[in-house]
Amino acid sequence: MRVTGRSTRPPQSLILDTCLGAVFHTVLVFSLFLLFAGHNAPGGGFIGGLVAGAAFVLHYVAGGTGQVTRIAPVAPFVLMGSGLTLAVLVGMGALLAGGQLLESGVLSLDVPVLGTVKTTSALPFDVGVYLIVVGLVLAVLGSLGGEADRPADEPEGTGEARAR
Amino acid sequence: MLALLLGLHAVLALAAPALGRRLGPRVFLVCALAPGATAAWAATQAAGVLDGSATTQVISWVPGLGLDLALRLDGFALLMVALVSGIGAVIFAYSRWYFSPRPGLGRFAGVLTAFAGSMLGVVLADNLLLIYVFWELTSITSYLLIGFEDEKGSARAAALQAILVTGAGGLAMLAGFVLVGQAAGTYSLSGILADPPGGGVVGAGLVLVLLGACTKSAQVPFHFWLPAAMAAPTPVSAYLHSATMVKAGVYLIARLAPAFAAGHAFWRPLVMGLGVATMLVGGWRALRQHDLKLLLAYGTVSQLGFMVVLVGAGIPELTFAGAALIVAHGLFKAALFMVVGIVDHQAHTRDLRVLSGLGRRMPGVAAVAAVAAASMAGVPLLLGFLSKEAAYEALLHAHLGVGGALALAGVVAGSVLTFAYGARFVLGGFGAGSGQGAGGHDPVGPDVPRPAPAFVVPAALLAVLTVVAGVAPAVVDPLVGGGAGALDPAAGKAHLALWHGFTLTLGLSVLTLAAGALLVVGAGAVERFQGRLAGAPSAVGVYSSALAGLSRLADRVTAVLQNGSLPVYLGVILLTVLALPGLTLLTRTRLPGGIVVGESPLQVVVAGVVLVAAVGAAFAHRRFAAVLFLGGVGYGVAVLFVIQGAPDLALTQLLVETLAVVIFVLVLRHLPERFEPSVWRLGQATRVAVAGGVGVFVAAFSLVAAGARTAEPVSGAYLEQAVPEAGGHNVVNVILVDFRAFDTLGEITVLTVAALGIVSLVQAGRRPQDRA
Repeated sequence: MRVTGRSTRPPQSLILDTCLGAVFHTVLVFSLFLLFAGHNAPGGGFIGGLVAGAAFVLHYVAGGTGQVTRIAPVAPFVLMGSGLTLAVLVGMGALLAGGQLLESGVLSLDVPVLGTVKTTSALPFDVGVYLIVVGLVLAVLGSLGGEADRPADEPEGTGEARAR
Repeated sequence: MLALLLGLHAVLALAAPALGRRLGPRVFLVCALAPGATAAWAATQAAGVLDGSATTQVISWVPGLGLDLALRLDGFALLMVALVSGIGAVIFAYSRWYFSPRPGLGRFAGVLTAFAGSMLGVVLADNLLLIYVFWELTSITSYLLIGFEDEKGSARAAALQAILVTGAGGLAMLAGFVLVGQAAGTYSLSGILADPPGGGVVGAGLVLVLLGACTKSAQVPFHFWLPAAMAAPTPVSAYLHSATMVKAGVYLIARLAPAFAAGHAFWRPLVMGLGVATMLVGGWRALRQHDLKLLLAYGTVSQLGFMVVLVGAGIPELTFAGAALIVAHGLFKAALFMVVGIVDHQAHTRDLRVLSGLGRRMPGVAAVAAVAAASMAGVPLLLGFLSKEAAYEALLHAHLGVGGALALAGVVAGSVLTFAYGARFVLGGFGAGSGQGAGGHDPVGPDVPRPAPAFVVPAALLAVLTVVAGVAPAVVDPLVGGGAGALDPAAGKAHLALWHGFTLTLGLSVLTLAAGALLVVGAGAVERFQGRLAGAPSAVGVYSSALAGLSRLADRVTAVLQNGSLPVYLGVILLTVLALPGLTLLTRTRLPGGIVVGESPLQVVVAGVVLVAAVGAAFAHRRFAAVLFLGGVGYGVAVLFVIQGAPDLALTQLLVETLAVVIFVLVLRHLPERFEPSVWRLGQATRVAVAGGVGVFVAAFSLVAAGARTAEPVSGAYLEQAVPEAGGHNVVNVILVDFRAFDTLGEITVLTVAALGIVSLVQAGRRPQDRA
């Protein structure tokens, strides 16, 4: 990877592009696994969100901001906003159900194929965390990455100006 | 029921913007339902409440802070409700005619309704903290109402001035409430008044509360915001800035005075002195105004001073006179403001040098103005006369020594000025001879369109009430007596009387009228004399220079603290760390016993790798190399976590390090490849010293902190409760989403804000044509 940034975009790599097709969705599914498994095994919303973010970083490395924007389903701040809303609503839900703010309850369901599935009301809260972390990574890629991808032959002395 | 009425105000306030789009100015009639219903309900309660039994309602809110929604309707609250909701309903009806259809009217009606509710809250609240909440709500709604014509710079400046002055006073008042409430052990107003606490702390608290009351009620030297607030539409001036909001301070002083005036030596000189000074300054300035509305505004300042003198003394007869004046002033001043609004609406000017012959063109309006102004001036057979007589009578017999004599002299002088500016208002606005066409304008008057009858009715209603109550005091006596009785049981025994006999009081009243008439005859000379004094320092000047000074100070502080240099920011933070916790560490270092250097050879190896990477990061010449070294440190620490059996931490650390390296690379593209050498020769040495010091500190602190444990670690309890309480086997995740979920909520909020910050900073760095 070139770091001096004198080219307008990162160079396209055939190997990276091909691998990406296989890896990207696998990583996303893995991140969802971490999210759902998190309550009982290593993982959780924060870790899952970081893994999903890493998947988008791969796309960024392969094709720059444009490719990330194409592949990302929604705008970063929509993700972050809905995540935050979800987390707050879950917390308020506990209040309405007669508990304390953000108190969680356990729910057991008998699903035909999967058998008994136990979940807690903390899961949607964790989903909120997941969405916010993914949104954060996308926002950073879009802004800092987008900045870095712009033609670098500008007359202004950006280097010195930003170093301070 | 009390809470329900407050809720009705809130609902109508929220609905008004939508209704306003459909109904236009008629939205005011809908909003009038809230104050109208309140006034009607209060009337049904009047019989019992005025006899001394209060209606109360308590809803527990934040018991830990002593904050209850405690509402209490006693006699004095009823008197204030009569003003807030009774006059409020009249003003809403008047507004329907004052405004022509225009955008934003619904929002205006909503804010006005919200104000009516907030003011109702102030007078009903029986908890100091609740009073504060409603008090600030009135300040905020007042700000929005003054600044209603937000396209005018002067209106915005006046609104800002009003909220800065009353807001600063409100904060002082909050501090005072806390001092008084803590000393009393309760925040209940009725509880504190029943058993008033004493002592120096309470005295300091009372001074702060008085500061709040004096800013709100426009007492000298905070009076200047009130005339400026006349930038608001006239219904707002009539309602907020004469009849109700500015009386909030008077209300509070009236509540506190009977309990505290006698026990604190500073109270009477301070409160009554301020009141007399305000009465004189306001009256004197009113004589100079050419704008009818400004004239009334200074008149309001003057009358507020009068009220503070009366209710602030804490003497039963004076309290009674004060209650009478509050009612009388509410009636005549609201009527006068509505008259100004009518004149302005029809003639498009309020300048008494331009207006001429309006009296012949609209005799009804002129009659209303004359009655109201005469009541203000204290002409017999009107309510204003009764309250002024009661005030003179009480001051004559107050036994306050020299101070009392000075107060009486001040009040008489103030009343003379009141007569003079009242006459100036009527003669200037409606007389025939005064319109000399100043400033190149032709006289306006004989040919202005006549106002619609319904436009005049609200003001006329108040004028009729003034006359009826003046001729037959029995109509208003129960309200005033019951109100004063709620403040001070002894005050409730007094009565308004039309005729006291040939007493000194009557002599003073005659003297007032005669001297006032002299001032009117000699108006030209007075004006010339005032013109010569015009250069005197004004409170507005002090306010503006204080504001400008504050801006300059903020500029300087910001220039020093936020100078834009990252090394300086970092240096300040790190040196603070070294100076505060670092020094503490030096003085009480106690290392824990049994330090374990390493548990397995693998740990030693990995720690060695971390150390090498850290040193490499410090000595690297290229930025990219330094970033990779830093990444090495992070990955090494992650491996240490794995060895310790903390998979969640390790996983998080690995992922964060990976993302951090990528983000570093994104930024590095715009930085030079190598670190540039420090320009300042000592810079390098300083940096090494600070960095080394912080490194040693953090290491030592970790060791000492680990040995400083005195309580049981929470981890045990978390491990035990994770499955039964939260149904999760991964205790790290359970802590994040359940035990400490509130922390997590805060953190994800910070993440969102940080992302917004990053995006907007990057956007701001771009040149305008690049911005998306």
